[in-house]
Amino acid sequence: MEFYNTHILTVVLFTPLVGSLLLLFVPRDSENAHRVIGNLFAFLGFLVSLPLIWRFSLSPTADRYQFMENVDWIPSIGAHYSLGIDGISLCLVILTTLLGLISILSSWSAIKIRRKEYYLLFLLLQVGMLGVFMSLDFFLFYMFWEVMLVPMYFLIGVWGSDRRLYAAIKFFLYTLIGSVIMLLGILALYFKAGGGTFDIPTLLATASSFDTKTQVLLFWAFFFAFAIKVPMFPFHTWLPDAHTEAPTAGSVILAGVLLKMGTYGFIRFSLPLLPQDPAARHKIITIMLVVSVISILYGALVCMMQKDMKKLVAYSSVSHLGFCTLGIFALTPHGLSGSVIQQLNHGLSTGALFLLIGVLYERRHTRLISEFGGLSTPMPNFAAVYMIATLSSLGLPLLNGFIGEFMILRGTYEVSIKYAAWASIGIVLGAAYLLWLYQRVMFGPVTNPANEHMEDLNAREYATLIPLIILCFWIGIYPKPLIRVLERPVQQIVQQVNPGYYGAERAAAPAVNGEAAPAESPAGAAVPAMDSMPGMAMPANPGETPAPATEGKRP
Amino acid sequence: MFDLIHRILGPFQSFMQQGGGGLLLPEMMLVLFAMGILLTDHLLEVRDKFFNALMAMLGVIFSAITLWQLRRVAEGGAVGFSHSLVVDPFFIFFGLIFLIATALVILLSVRYLQIEDENHGEYYALMLFATVGMMFMVSGYDLIVEFLGLETMALSFYVLAGFLRRDKRSNEGAVKYLLLGAFSSAILAYGFSILYGIGATANLSSTEGPLPPRTNLEVIQAAIEFRGHGDLLVILALVTVIAGMFFKIAAVPFHQWAPDVYEGAPTPITAYISVASKTASFAMLLRLLLTVFWPLRLDWAMLVAGVAIASLTIGNFAAITQTNVKRMLAYSSISHVGYILLGIVAAASSTLGFMTGMKGVAFYLFVYGFMTIGAFAVLIVLQRQGIIGDELDDLNGLYRRSPLSAAVLLIFMLSLAGIPPLAGFIGKYFILQALIETGHTRLALFGALYIVPALYYYFRIVAHAYLYEPGNAPSPVITLGQRISFAVLCFVTVAAGIYPEPFVKLATYSLFFPTTFSGH
Repeated sequence: MEFYNTHILTVVLFTPLVGSLLLLFVPRDSENAHRVIGNLFAFLGFLVSLPLIWRFSLSPTADRYQFMENVDWIPSIGAHYSLGIDGISLCLVILTTLLGLISILSSWSAIKIRRKEYYLLFLLLQVGMLGVFMSLDFFLFYMFWEVMLVPMYFLIGVWGSDRRLYAAIKFFLYTLIGSVIMLLGILALYFKAGGGTFDIPTLLATASSFDTKTQVLLFWAFFFAFAIKVPMFPFHTWLPDAHTEAPTAGSVILAGVLLKMGTYGFIRFSLPLLPQDPAARHKIITIMLVVSVISILYGALVCMMQKDMKKLVAYSSVSHLGFCTLGIFALTPHGLSGSVIQQLNHGLSTGALFLLIGVLYERRHTRLISEFGGLSTPMPNFAAVYMIATLSSLGLPLLNGFIGEFMILRGTYEVSIKYAAWASIGIVLGAAYLLWLYQRVMFGPVTNPANEHMEDLNAREYATLIPLIILCFWIGIYPKPLIRVLERPVQQIVQQVNPGYYGAERAAAPAVNGEAAPAESPAGAAVPAMDSMPGMAMPANPGETPAPATEGKRP
Repeated sequence: MFDLIHRILGPFQSFMQQGGGGLLLPEMMLVLFAMGILLTDHLLEVRDKFFNALMAMLGVIFSAITLWQLRRVAEGGAVGFSHSLVVDPFFIFFGLIFLIATALVILLSVRYLQIEDENHGEYYALMLFATVGMMFMVSGYDLIVEFLGLETMALSFYVLAGFLRRDKRSNEGAVKYLLLGAFSSAILAYGFSILYGIGATANLSSTEGPLPPRTNLEVIQAAIEFRGHGDLLVILALVTVIAGMFFKIAAVPFHQWAPDVYEGAPTPITAYISVASKTASFAMLLRLLLTVFWPLRLDWAMLVAGVAIASLTIGNFAAITQTNVKRMLAYSSISHVGYILLGIVAAASSTLGFMTGMKGVAFYLFVYGFMTIGAFAVLIVLQRQGIIGDELDDLNGLYRRSPLSAAVLLIFMLSLAGIPPLAGFIGKYFILQALIETGHTRLALFGALYIVPALYYYFRIVAHAYLYEPGNAPSPVITLGQRISFAVLCFVTVAAGIYPEPFVKLATYSLFFPTTFSGH
């Protein structure tokens, strides 16, 4: 217990690893034991991560990174075993342990061959993903970032559907290209900063004093790894293959957590690495915003013409993640916290959609939309849950998707109405393809005789879906706790990367004490909350980024 | 009686103590045991042939013990035999690699030879002779000694590569190896002869004590320094020597022999050639570049960088299309040569990069040995009567036939590809670090991006082992010796990845050049 109190992140990180090591020693032929141990350790992993929620301090005087651990690892190159989380990583860590549990539970009867390896690899994957969100050391971060590719390769390659070999290696190679360039970026950052340490906060703080050319190069070196992972528009082609061919649980984890590693990377590394020079910075921001909007629209349009349900949901991820990157590179508190919330939303609602498609696939062994129709008659409960997941995904108010998209659009609007307008077209398109899918699969008479006697959801499937649905409603109705957790890290990041934002804020509202009001100031802390909405669109950083919307951009 | 013994052993004793003979102990042990094998081999029944392997193993162990005892002497950098031999940490480090590689290959050979029905004592004796040659390549501080070491090693390998007399591919590989090897040795000898000529210009009047011969590396270095950069003779010597050495390490464009020899040679010997022979040649190349040619470092750095990029390109892209695993690994080892050469480029660029670059090179060579022998070890396990087990399809469904060998195969493939947290990644990391540190961003980008095609073909092997259904091939039987070598190989590959600190220390130790030489 004492160890747990002082090393809570280590415990959370390595609980799944213990499970997979244990599985190594379970004989191959005792099939049930593998399932039980796999589920047990996924559950344990979730359980030990829960205390993070209430132990995480929201007080403005608390450290930026909490639950810190720091041990020397490879002294000769200055790498440390260094963990710590802030509000953003906290959300993603909890999302990972929760989705890990749910997807492992959902595999109970779906995985019939090589169960031992399946649960072993899945737990390893958990370790890799958690490590990425917790690492405060670049070397450690890179290690986790790469390590999780291997189990994912096997999850797709062994338990996937027909084109699994192709999809698996494509996923691996695509991600690897970005990773190796990022490795060079990390090394360059390491040497530019004088060498000797891989500590992430230190290095990122030093990065702001580099010359513009270096900063631009560093930004692009990191960009590819994250853009491929997210994925942003020109780098997205691995995603439909990987999502479609992966087993259900693999798709849930891919969409729910793996993609978030890209957006997390953007927030944690790319934003602080943005060049200080206004012109260079403006150029980069414009590119990122435009690419985000293209991702939103392109993803949505491609969804319209998909014949395979899973592929449709996969492409919808491109569109939804476009919103996330849009929010990030708006560089406003609303955009940023909206983006994090949208990342969670996407994990919940797309995760639920993949699970639901998995339910159909387990019963019919097809995912073609044309094979289904009128499913609400034999499976009314399934149809209801599916409806909620769809509505949450398309952003109906009172469900989670709305909160995220609203905040992102609001944050983007502060920068330029153009991006916001284009992005909202994406929302309309999203409603179109999701509802059209629903209509084709659920409504009307049962056209295919094979569908007439399909079983409705069973208890285990409820158990995987209900938590997601509850969370969807909770974020949709009362997102305040979430926003409060994100408040401080978001504010710190915006202050660092877009200092003009708060300067303009203070000038517009002289009531706030006009002196240097850094992070500790409670007045400053209140800024990004939802209640300070009106009148912020106008003074959006006139000093720092000169007239971003009107001049700088060609149509 | 006692007097007689004393009279016989007396000169020997004084040779060992005063004549510097102690410096030769590791080599002597190997020669003694190799002779012993040759003497006792024909006395052994067919079923007792494993005794040869035991004997060879003992030789390696004794040699390792004496090597370990030399480490004290090495710290001061002992020079013997009128400046023609040096025992320094560089030698200890590489000697250690050779002995470990030899021991592992011996463990892997026993069953292989039984199955091929070629269980002759000469096999082990030649391996030990080859090791002796490698040790002289590293400890030689004189052109003659280095050349003799190289030839001792190469001659042993020509025979070993063709050891499967009844196999056409083995014969073909051996003949190719012999012809091309002799050709390259001739080029190297030509370069050495020029160096010998250059050595005459050295101004040695200031040296105290007995004059070192003109073939001594430091003498030649002084002469080259005296003649300066633009000297045509020096450039000619540089190019011929480097070309000869590039052949031995199989760098592009001197690589064509590698795939054929790798494919034809008995698999344990393939592993041995690709690890020990390559490491020894690298050590000798380093010795030459860091002493004799150090004044010309800016000239050869460009040359080496070009060869490195060519090796990476051809090695990686040619490997993609191979269907024979041994050929694929041959091409992949060409690409590994590219990485190591990049490390040498970084080391030559600046005093700052020297430490990181050389550390990277030493670390890479060390772990490269383990992971490469590991990859071949899995193929050796797959071999059975009439089947070499080196086609990609022979690996199909290995996970079901032998989960253990499939698991170790995965570890070695990941490590070779450079995926953390395994040894191969740390090796590539150091090389890339050195390149970035010395400002070779473009070379670093090349090196980093070539990880991607490498991963593709390594994972073709993995895919065959894990994702393809097994045919009707039987489950391989893994002997105790193979299990032990698996354990050692896996342990080092994983440990050097997760906690590389002790291995980094070992690599740094090898860079400690305490000799009189003071070039850097």
